[in-house]
Amino acid sequence: MYVAVKGGEQAISRSLELLAEARRGDPSVPELSLEQIREQLRLGVARVMQEGSLYDEELAALAMRQAAGDMLEAIFLLRAYRTTLPHFGYTRPLDTNAMRVRRRVSGTFKDIPGGQVLGPTYDYTQRLLEFGNVASEPSTQSDAPMPDVMPRVLDLLDAEALIERADAGSDPEPVDLTREPMMFPADRATRLQNLARGDEGFLLGMAYSTQRGYAESHPFAGEIRMGEVDVVICPEELGFAIEIGSITLTECQMINQFHGGHGLAPQFTRGYGLSMGEGERKAMSMALVDRTLRCDELGEPSVAPAQNQEFVLSHSDSVEASGFVQHLKLPHYVDFQAELSLLRTLSKQHAQQHPGEEACAAETSS
Amino acid sequence: MTSDYNFAFLDENTKRMLRRALLKAVALPGYQVPFGSREMPLPYGWGTGGIQLTAALLGPDDVLKVIDQGADDTTNAVNIRRFFARVTGVATTERTREASVIQTRHRIPETPLREDQILVFQVPEPEPLRTLEPREAETRTLHALADYGLMHVKLYEDIAQYGHIATSYDYPVLVDGRFLTSPSPIPKFDNPKLDRSPALMLFGAGREKRLYAIPPYTHVESLAFDDHPFEIQRWEQQCQLCGSGDSYLDEVVTDDRGSRLFVCSDTDYCGQRRAERAA
Repeated sequence: MYVAVKGGEQAISRSLELLAEARRGDPSVPELSLEQIREQLRLGVARVMQEGSLYDEELAALAMRQAAGDMLEAIFLLRAYRTTLPHFGYTRPLDTNAMRVRRRVSGTFKDIPGGQVLGPTYDYTQRLLEFGNVASEPSTQSDAPMPDVMPRVLDLLDAEALIERADAGSDPEPVDLTREPMMFPADRATRLQNLARGDEGFLLGMAYSTQRGYAESHPFAGEIRMGEVDVVICPEELGFAIEIGSITLTECQMINQFHGGHGLAPQFTRGYGLSMGEGERKAMSMALVDRTLRCDELGEPSVAPAQNQEFVLSHSDSVEASGFVQHLKLPHYVDFQAELSLLRTLSKQHAQQHPGEEACAAETSS
Repeated sequence: MTSDYNFAFLDENTKRMLRRALLKAVALPGYQVPFGSREMPLPYGWGTGGIQLTAALLGPDDVLKVIDQGADDTTNAVNIRRFFARVTGVATTERTREASVIQTRHRIPETPLREDQILVFQVPEPEPLRTLEPREAETRTLHALADYGLMHVKLYEDIAQYGHIATSYDYPVLVDGRFLTSPSPIPKFDNPKLDRSPALMLFGAGREKRLYAIPPYTHVESLAFDDHPFEIQRWEQQCQLCGSGDSYLDEVVTDDRGSRLFVCSDTDYCGQRRAERAA
């Protein structure tokens, strides 16, 4: 006897209970506080803010806890919450030149004005698991105070006209991708916005592919800097700029070889990446992909996946990708039934045309 | 209803943006209008386009029905109905006749719709040419030129290879003689219900950020050839619950020895018929 698949409502509410239990784990273990997540999982918090397009450490920590550490789920939670927030306006462009730098490295010059500053980095940790408690050692920072403003490495090249200007090519007013749909072909400002929200893993893979021969772009890490930048808005009713706080950013400027052509002189070109918090891997990947996506503008042959803007930009978003891949677990009975009928018809035809062979559909008709 | 959020979750400016886009869609039947799709608290691919349209349409007096695969009680339909009950407090129903707005995934109800009803479709891929041409810039040009040769060639190749058109759902239609349009992944069985429907039909693709419309009484033609006319699915069986011989049937596997049961996919239609027979 056929029993209709009833009781979806009850099943969902029971599933939510099970989820709450599973998320909390053993109740004898204290629950993580948002402060703990903010303070001790700050790189995770940075990623959730970056790809969630919302700079709020508290909310990002809340999302991470609610998502039981699933970063993509946490990003999704933050994005959905973001939809409900009122929109007051846009900030002035952030001035990363005036960043209060905590880390700054260049792969292109041994020494640079302002110096190389390692700052807090995993780069030289040797990746040995540290068993036992993580002891917080007192910081032994150098006594020399950091210079207030560090000139950008790329500006040094700019002075010699060896590199294209930062505003090379067209620099239209950016559209807001959280409010307007992506349209193709997309200009660079729009592409960068998409990459900024893009999944770190996807961008990393795309960037990696450009280093392995799929659109070789000969990059050098001109400068990577991380630190605090002031956020300034200019409310219409006030008519003057006010500083509303500062946020941590990681900026990466890649320098790429360019032999000229297409009416352009040989010079270095730029790839740009920017990420909220300490997001160096993301910023570097973004800079490589940004430069690669400029192939049309620079007259480079477009042959590799990372050069194809529709390919890259349409598939970079983890919330879109995760939703659509996983929607396959929703019922598709109706379409599957339609395909089943079609396949049976085709099988019957095939059997009539090839009478010697065994008809595979014969036993399935009731 | 929860008061932490605006009525129907979206803020009023976003709803106005959606309504403007919908007006444009109604004015250009079958044309895919790009819109600033928002991130909803349900995943992309699970009905975010339909949900945004429903959110923009609902008023406090509306009665909402949500179906998935024709059924009101599939988990995703239940979840979307719960969502709107939570953020709007509107009345919900499983009766097609009682609903003023019906959000659907993959089916059109068997019960004929009326002028005072709106059917909202969830659309995974609004571009009917996408599998033939992946570039969006290119497909938009093809629509502008009404150049649908690609699709005709595809259907012709089906006939040449299999003897008939091998598309069983999401079967392409020409709306008002102008735009090639995806009817969403409804079985082609439902395509005739699109033609000159008294109800307004709206289509929302959240992930792809497109919406489109088939206004009431618009001519909708399923693509075909003179010598290979459009045909819909037919069953040798009748619904084994209500005895209907003209509804779309789901095949239910009842054991591991090949036994099958055929029942209506539209649970409300089936239930109504059974209630009438019992009376």
